[in-house]
Amino acid sequence: MVKFLKRCYVYLIFVFLYMPIVVLMAYSFNDSRSRGVWGGFTLKWYVELFHDRTIMTSLYYTLIIGILASLIATIIGTIAALGIHNSRGWKKKLVMNITYIPVLNPDIVTAISLMILFVFAKVRLGFATLLLAHITFNIPYVILSVLPKLRQLDIHLYEAALDLGATPTQAFWKVIIPEIMPGIVTGMLLAFTLSIDDFVISFFTTGSGVSTLSIKAYSMARQGINPKINALSTIMFVSVLVLLVIINIRQEREQKKGRDRRNGAKRQNESFSL
Amino acid sequence: MKKFSAMTPYLIWMALFIIIPMLLVVYYAFTVTTSEGATWSLANFARFFEPIYLRVLWRSLTLALVSTLICLLLGYPVAMIMAGNAFSRKKVLLVLFVVPMWMNFLLRTYAWLSILERNGLLNVFLTSINLPRLNILYTNTAVILGMVYNFLPFMVLPIYSVLSKIDKGVIEAAGDLGANSVQVFTRVIFPLSLPGVISGITMVFMPALTTFVIPRLLGGGQFTLIGNLIEQQFLVVADWGFGSAISMVMILFILLSMAIMSFFEGEDKEATLW
Repeated sequence: MVKFLKRCYVYLIFVFLYMPIVVLMAYSFNDSRSRGVWGGFTLKWYVELFHDRTIMTSLYYTLIIGILASLIATIIGTIAALGIHNSRGWKKKLVMNITYIPVLNPDIVTAISLMILFVFAKVRLGFATLLLAHITFNIPYVILSVLPKLRQLDIHLYEAALDLGATPTQAFWKVIIPEIMPGIVTGMLLAFTLSIDDFVISFFTTGSGVSTLSIKAYSMARQGINPKINALSTIMFVSVLVLLVIINIRQEREQKKGRDRRNGAKRQNESFSL
Repeated sequence: MKKFSAMTPYLIWMALFIIIPMLLVVYYAFTVTTSEGATWSLANFARFFEPIYLRVLWRSLTLALVSTLICLLLGYPVAMIMAGNAFSRKKVLLVLFVVPMWMNFLLRTYAWLSILERNGLLNVFLTSINLPRLNILYTNTAVILGMVYNFLPFMVLPIYSVLSKIDKGVIEAAGDLGANSVQVFTRVIFPLSLPGVISGITMVFMPALTTFVIPRLLGGGQFTLIGNLIEQQFLVVADWGFGSAISMVMILFILLSMAIMSFFEGEDKEATLW
């Protein structure tokens, strides 16, 4: 009985968490504009969405910014992670603390500080500032994805490559990079996801004419309900869902592989000792 | 391994886009511009103590505190049930808790519009069972609801992760030594889960305090909170000095909560991001 009540409570919380999302998605297929009424199934809001020039422009900016920001952040972040991994003491601590600043700061503080910087430096707010801001908040997440992989890295592999005649450069590209690749890819996907998901920082660092999907959704939502936003939300939710499922499956598989390898090594050691 | 000075590009980047912007915020917060140029002054902070702004701070703190409290009251039992043995597939439950967070928080907030509005789903439901209509939208209740909805997982997940690590033997021992179930909870389980509670409270309180989207969409913009105040200073009235001063007060709150967190947290540093 107690168990039953406990389960009911958790189910109720799940209803609370999922109901708005389900309602939102359901209304994107509703033929009637008024909320309370179900006017039949339709795809017309999706059709209208794809014919809305300004929404399509913001989709374009969202994707371009997401791709460029995640690529650049991945390059800078991976190199930085290598550096952090090889540093020690107070220097490492300092850099890690700096890395945590944008992760822990409320978005609005990061956003206004970047806005101040751009206006102070007389850079016109627009595409470039939006891109710079996105790269900035993405880099820490790349670093935090790559660092664990570097910690798992077996230093003997690199030494073995050198012993077998590889130059340090070759050993780096042929041994270290492939070993940490899963972390790099995860970091990049995460950066891309965060980038297309961001609203607050984009809102403050962009200028007229350049808006992302979330900025567009915000300005539409301020005027009340619009079924086109529902259609847009459904598409955005499903795409982020797919991306994050991919990231999580990757991480899971990597962890499993790591475990198997460690177990394999242990078994080998045991057979040696026999 | 080869010695990398690989941190340099990253450090330059972070200095440019994190450190300098922060210093600019400090600079603007402590200066006022007069006809002779900028002079150092505490006027921006003094202004914050004017009654209207103190009321904004008070309202933000109350709403954030109430939301945090509701999250704790709703979330702690959920975490406890999930850590207990009412469910066999805990991993699935955990994932189900995280999935709603993958939707853009702007859209999650927007989703409540169609439920709460005058002819929304809630009122359609209420009239169908002959109950009076509720006009929650554009009130404090709606804002609190939006905050609880958006931040509840931030409360449940840290508490769950601490509770699930508690040694079952300790709880059994307390029972063997004659404690009843209430005593086991107040004397053993709750004190042991305190690090999770603290980190949950900070993770809910901070975003609840700084959000400007939730009060704008669900409060209809008639209740100014700290986040809205910062937004207005930068995007509407262009008073950077005052906006920066408010932001610095926010940063102060974060540093404070981080200090509290690290005091309680100890070694368990590798918190997952979702």
